[in-house]
Amino acid sequence: MQTKCAIEMKGLTKRFGTVVANDGIDLQINRGEILSLLGENGSGKTTLMNMLSGIYQPDEGQILVDGEPVSIRSPKDAYAYRIGMIHQHYKLVDVFTAAQNIVLGLNDEKLDLKQINSKVQEICKRYGFNIEPSKKVYDMSVSQKQTLEIIKVLYRGADILILDEPTAVLTPQETEKLFVILKNMKADGKAVVIITHKLHEVMAISDKVAVLRKGKYIGTVETSKTNPQMLTEMMVGHAVALNIERPKYRKPFDKLRVEGLTCVDHEGICKLQDVSFTARGGEILGVAGIAGSGQKELLESIAGLYPVKEGSITCIECEDHQVQLVGLAPRQIRDAGVGMAFVPEDRLGMGLVGSMGMTGNMMLRSWKQGRSMFLDKRGPEKLAREIWEKLEVVTPSTEFPVRRMSGGNVQKVLVGREISREPSVLLTAYAVRGLDINTSYAIYNLLTYQKMRGSAVIYIGEDLDVLLELCDRILVLCAGKVSGIVDARKTTKEEVGLMMTSLKEAKND
Amino acid sequence: MTEENIKAPFIRLSKRDGVKPEIAWAIRIGSILIALVIGFAPMMITGNNPFEAYKIIIQGALSKPIYIKQTIKIAIPLLGCALAIAPCFKMRFWNIGAEGQITAGAIAASYFALFWYEKLPSWLLLVVMFIAAAVAGGIWAFIPAFFKAKWNTNETLFTLMMNYIIIGIVSWLQGGPWEGRKGSQIIPMFNQSARLPEIFGIHCGWIIVLVLAVLMHFYMNYTKQGYEIAVIGDSENTARYAGMNVGWIMMRTMFLSGAICGIVGFIMVSGANHTIYNGVANGVGFTSITVAWLSQLNSFAMIAISMILAILGKGSNTLQTKLKVPASVSEIVTGILLFCMLSCEFFINYRIIFRTRKHREVQA
Amino acid sequence: MSTLIALIVAAVTFGTVLMFGTLGEVLTERSGNMNLGVEGIMYMGGAFGLAGAFYYEKLVGPAASSGPIAIIIAILSAFLAGAAASAIYSFLTITLRANQNVTGLALSIFGTGVGQFTGEFMRVSEGGFVALSNNLKGAFSQSIMPSFLRNIPIIGKMLFDHTVFFYIAVALAVGMHFFLFKSKRGMYLRAVGESPSTADAAGINISRYKYLATIIGGGISAIGGMVYITTTAGCVWNHEGLSGVGWLAVALVIFCMWKPLNAIWGSVLFGALMIMYLRLVIKFIPTEIYKILPYVVTVIVLVLSSMRNNKEKQPPASLGLNYFREER
Repeated sequence: MQTKCAIEMKGLTKRFGTVVANDGIDLQINRGEILSLLGENGSGKTTLMNMLSGIYQPDEGQILVDGEPVSIRSPKDAYAYRIGMIHQHYKLVDVFTAAQNIVLGLNDEKLDLKQINSKVQEICKRYGFNIEPSKKVYDMSVSQKQTLEIIKVLYRGADILILDEPTAVLTPQETEKLFVILKNMKADGKAVVIITHKLHEVMAISDKVAVLRKGKYIGTVETSKTNPQMLTEMMVGHAVALNIERPKYRKPFDKLRVEGLTCVDHEGICKLQDVSFTARGGEILGVAGIAGSGQKELLESIAGLYPVKEGSITCIECEDHQVQLVGLAPRQIRDAGVGMAFVPEDRLGMGLVGSMGMTGNMMLRSWKQGRSMFLDKRGPEKLAREIWEKLEVVTPSTEFPVRRMSGGNVQKVLVGREISREPSVLLTAYAVRGLDINTSYAIYNLLTYQKMRGSAVIYIGEDLDVLLELCDRILVLCAGKVSGIVDARKTTKEEVGLMMTSLKEAKND
Repeated sequence: MTEENIKAPFIRLSKRDGVKPEIAWAIRIGSILIALVIGFAPMMITGNNPFEAYKIIIQGALSKPIYIKQTIKIAIPLLGCALAIAPCFKMRFWNIGAEGQITAGAIAASYFALFWYEKLPSWLLLVVMFIAAAVAGGIWAFIPAFFKAKWNTNETLFTLMMNYIIIGIVSWLQGGPWEGRKGSQIIPMFNQSARLPEIFGIHCGWIIVLVLAVLMHFYMNYTKQGYEIAVIGDSENTARYAGMNVGWIMMRTMFLSGAICGIVGFIMVSGANHTIYNGVANGVGFTSITVAWLSQLNSFAMIAISMILAILGKGSNTLQTKLKVPASVSEIVTGILLFCMLSCEFFINYRIIFRTRKHREVQA
Repeated sequence: MSTLIALIVAAVTFGTVLMFGTLGEVLTERSGNMNLGVEGIMYMGGAFGLAGAFYYEKLVGPAASSGPIAIIIAILSAFLAGAAASAIYSFLTITLRANQNVTGLALSIFGTGVGQFTGEFMRVSEGGFVALSNNLKGAFSQSIMPSFLRNIPIIGKMLFDHTVFFYIAVALAVGMHFFLFKSKRGMYLRAVGESPSTADAAGINISRYKYLATIIGGGISAIGGMVYITTTAGCVWNHEGLSGVGWLAVALVIFCMWKPLNAIWGSVLFGALMIMYLRLVIKFIPTEIYKILPYVVTVIVLVLSSMRNNKEKQPPASLGLNYFREER
């Protein structure tokens, strides 16, 4: 056992300002093993691994590689210890070819394309990759980029591989392929760490699971001796009964009718294709799908932030007052009397102004009101105080920049503002991403409350269990198309999971 | 394993936030003092006592009312232009074309000063010059903003190029259509009626820029447009989300910024030079960018910083006549001052962590 | 015909100045640093380059001074002055992470100040006049090519009758092209300018590349200032003639799309536009308008490249942005 140990971490601590991201973590990584690093968002998994790859410097503690204490001051040092990390956001130079990216930063290598190619081919054959060395990165698909990242790390002779959320952007088929490759590496005697928060992946691939919670190390268990329930408890810290109250609205009514919606991005790639559905007031409509299946575009096009190529989006205020939303900018939608609220995925980059306090952020929705050229600060200030109190936002004052608040509080400010306007249509994208379980439940309750008020809620989620318990109906997207709408009370996780990929399979056949 | 390998880096950095404002300002003032000490070097190279030299600079800039007036005259365009740049920088639109926008304003004002002075009463002529300058400066700034809004054309480089285009146009006017005596390459002096009246012995440009400073403070902090600018500066997506028309706001803000620069141009030709030549902006557009940045875009800090730079500029002229130190020493000291003040922001925003003994023990 | 040849020769002379300025800035910007201090750097290069040659001649006496040594000393002193100025810029932007635009402008102010100060100081301390002997002047402004090449009709004048600096600049451009696009280090440098976080994760020492590119680039730009003073200005300190040249070099970097080979013909073209009014008078086009053309053309190139959205023809992706590894 001792001989197999590749990396040992002792008491690693990392702080960002006043936030303790990692608090005295002890962890061991072994060769010939796949270790899952499991934890809720914000539990410090990525930070911990970034210290191994030389991106961050630990404030305290020590790292041992093969039993020797080391200091990893830069990614270069990390390579010297044969540690390679595949980041969630790929580190590739867009205007370079695959081969150029692979040899980037290597010291003793000549730029001999033939030699590089043959070495790349050898790696490909060994683990089952497929890549075109002369292809430019900007012409590659997401999974090709990931393959390139992995080859890059292997080319450098890494035998300790860290993959940060590798499956987030992959289709199930691509995930399967990746897992086969990871198993090949394990058989080859490499140490593999995958950072994830998806339990089924943990169970499917790993030999051991290490769990972090709120920056602290909870423990390591062998996968064969555990189960999802137990892991969840370790992750969250208390027994969790995933039980969301789901009352029924007396009589749901049609609120938002989307017909034949097609959207194309600025590079001409089709993001949404012929999407049709109706969202009802008094219902939560869940949207499920693999990341990047068009969820973001769907919500943004409804909110007037994404150009629509074809189709119609009709908001039914009442029988004889229907508003066509296509072609309207966010302001015009509001002026047309549609009470629409939108909690976007990118909170600080889209929903909030990071450098301003709560008051400044409340103004984001009300700044234009009134004829005066001056801002009304009193109303937003009052609203900010209300939300501060009602949602128990932790902040020193209403002027404290939201950027410096924790993720959960940032989301409370955003959701609080959006529902304060008593919307008739509420769009939310990954509303609980990065939040701890308690805050997540608070958000679920707020959404359910809005539903019972009679607003049409659209909820984009990534956790199928939550979708099944929270929503009334679930719309499943696959590669920009609707593969079906199901009753959340009757369907199963397996059915939805299959629908998420159905179109793909149909195309392949 | 070598000693080298187990050492933690000697110096590490980590971002810090929420330094107390008093400490931040103390660091900034400290950096100014350090800059003045480094400024000893050029004085000593020329064989002068640096304390003596600084004394002469201060005396030359402030010891007599007439000196003070001259110093203020230098500060006026710096302040005016810094005020113009503030909203652009707040929006993270890097307008470094103030130089050209000043010149555009100056051309428009000069046109009326040169060809309309007989047709209009003095007060009306000045009002027309003021408006024309603002519009011309605004248009000159609007062009790059338009392309930025439409195609995301790099505004830093675009505004920079616009400077030289308009300055070239002045050179052409100087040697061509507006030339006074043939072959002189000089545009004639303005008629008395096209010159700004004086108040307390200084042309009334100082009142204009002080009023602008107060207005700009309110504009940035209390108006809807100021709010829009701040939101765009933070995140364009958020602005779009809040229903703001980012392109339009960008163009409007740049027009405003250019218009204020244009007004500065009007003040320069009508108040200070009483004519126009190709060096009318004289680097003010560039220096004022540093003024705006170092003031953290705060209108009132800009007054102080532009005064400091003006004192240096005026005092150095005295230094040249008295001690034979080239007047360009003011640019050197200004440069050093800017370097030091730029550096000090680092010490406000980052914490420097030295490798401690304790850390080393843990490692060993 | 002879007008045209004269025009070309004059364009090359002024173009050489621009070529150095541009090549230096290309190298700098390839590392992601936009150094707007070129104007100041070229001033410093001009003043210190002249000072180097002047004091060398003063030291050994006009009779004993040799042209090639004077040229080398001038190049070295200009290079060192520019490198020193860029070192300040690098320290502020790379280590202290100050805003690049503002730091560049500050360097511009500082550099023009230092250049003028040095020029003035020399003039005053040497009793009112600083000029090299005719012997050295000739060395700086004459061609080094053998006479049989220069005497080839037309071509000789056009290709072989230029100062030594022109050939150095061309060699530098070609060398830089091979460095940037064919060598490993050049590729790493481009990676730093495109995506520092990628380069960093690949184990490239970002700071070292940025420092070296910026400092060497600054040194190269500064040589341009020296070339102006020793050729066009006739070995006399002339700050008026030098003003604006640095900005023109910044424009040229855009015009040649950050590619050193384009800088060769680009700077000759810009040089032609800047001196055309002296040689080629067209009645209805005012001479001063010629001088605007380089900037207008640059603006058009800038706009077109942003409209076209071609992935290969763009500024380095991280141009103007500072990098901090632990940024969250």
